[in-house]
Amino acid sequence: MTIAELAKQGKFVITAEVGPPKGVDIQEMLENAELMRGKVDAINVTDQQSSVMRLGSLPVCRLLIERDLEPVFQVTCRDRNRIALQSDLLGAYTLGIKNVLCLTGDFIALGDHPQAKAVFDLDSVSLLRAARELEQGKDLSGNELAGAPNFCLGAVVTPGADPLEPQLIKLEKKVKAGAQFIQTQAVYEPEKFEAFMKSIAHLNVPILVGIVLLRSAGMARFMNKNVAGVHVPDSLIQEMEQAEKRMQKSVEIAARLIKDMKSMCQGVHIMAIGMEQRVPEIIEAAEL
Amino acid sequence: MITITEQKPFEEVLKSLEKSQSVYIIGCGACATMLHTGGKSEVLAMKEKLEDAGKTVTGWMVIPTACDQLTEVALIESAGAIQAADSILVMSCAFGVQTAGFYTALPVFPALNTLFVGKEEGPGHFIDVCMQCGNCVLASTAGVCPLVRCSKSLLNGPCGGSVEGKCEVDSRIPCVWQTIYDRLATQGRLAELEEIEPIKDWGTSSSGAPRRFDVVTSDD
Repeated sequence: MTIAELAKQGKFVITAEVGPPKGVDIQEMLENAELMRGKVDAINVTDQQSSVMRLGSLPVCRLLIERDLEPVFQVTCRDRNRIALQSDLLGAYTLGIKNVLCLTGDFIALGDHPQAKAVFDLDSVSLLRAARELEQGKDLSGNELAGAPNFCLGAVVTPGADPLEPQLIKLEKKVKAGAQFIQTQAVYEPEKFEAFMKSIAHLNVPILVGIVLLRSAGMARFMNKNVAGVHVPDSLIQEMEQAEKRMQKSVEIAARLIKDMKSMCQGVHIMAIGMEQRVPEIIEAAEL
Repeated sequence: MITITEQKPFEEVLKSLEKSQSVYIIGCGACATMLHTGGKSEVLAMKEKLEDAGKTVTGWMVIPTACDQLTEVALIESAGAIQAADSILVMSCAFGVQTAGFYTALPVFPALNTLFVGKEEGPGHFIDVCMQCGNCVLASTAGVCPLVRCSKSLLNGPCGGSVEGKCEVDSRIPCVWQTIYDRLATQGRLAELEEIEPIKDWGTSSSGAPRRFDVVTSDD
């Protein structure tokens, strides 16, 4: 079932993610996905995250479908123009992919091929529109399609953005353009998230709060310094620093955040970033 | 508005002159002089470096505006020294390099990289404000172009990388979408931001065929 269908049924939607490898050794990634079987509703497959060249999202989504796991196809506008994006969306549908997360994508210079030509022909909003057009049986130039796809379209938002107002306007555009679910950037401050949820109450779109597993105090400080819109409060950094069993603590914090925010939103998106094996533990500890 | 250039590394210049024993140097009295990349003193410095590297410099000149048609006249006037050279090294923007190329059969080589057509924001500080896309979007972006001033050329608002009005790519870069938001707010036009921008037609840009333009007047 798609994320939108699950949310409509009132289910608290749980998603996690796998990152395709840099290369063709897919064993470990598939094992990580396997650990999530029956625990999550869908698994996001990242699209060359942080602009680092990797195995693509599309083939990995298909590998998940072949294993009867529900994927979320992450698509960015960084590397493909509208011709390639529309084609990949059609391709995704023919491969059985329904959930599509439409993203602008990270800036090229932040990745491992800073000399590459950035595309950004479309952006997240126009990509959503393109997908909607395809669903109506037309491409972006208005040409008729032989058979139209049908997607469950998603988008992202950064609840901790400062200032928030311009981001909210963009989020409204995403919903207007066709987003049926929203996955958020990492959130570590439930009270701020609550205020964010209040400010978008009129949008009537399922929100899956983003949880990024904290590996260490150092990682928290790094994110505070380098990741836009993410703020780990000092209290959590201290907790990580003082923890005897770090792994256990990071799972505990993630589970606590989920428990604190569960009643505020319609789902959770767990980004374990290299610690995918911990996802089932987090879900259990959060009593989902 | 001036064309922003920077000098290429000297090794790269030497590499392109590999097959030229003798060289004629052309500088430009306009933008490249203002930027100290291809004015008289830079031309003389280049002459000295090339001679140190074993090249013969048959002559040099600084054309007042290397990109205009008078370049042809300048080339004819200095034909003697130019014809004595194996190639011409042009210390101007790519307009000047190509203009020189139109009027001579000799190989021409660039000594500069052409970066952008810049607007002087403060003394000696230039920014890119227009990419000449051929389809101006300024009406809906508060008169500030996100195509060149947003790292991702976004047309529908800021990405998640906008932090306290700065771009995550480099904190010295203002997030242009914050600028646009603030300007529209001041002008009481924030509601316009809620409109989804039509998908950009890049056919009028250099993505389309090579561009050209003919002036048409009422006399035509």
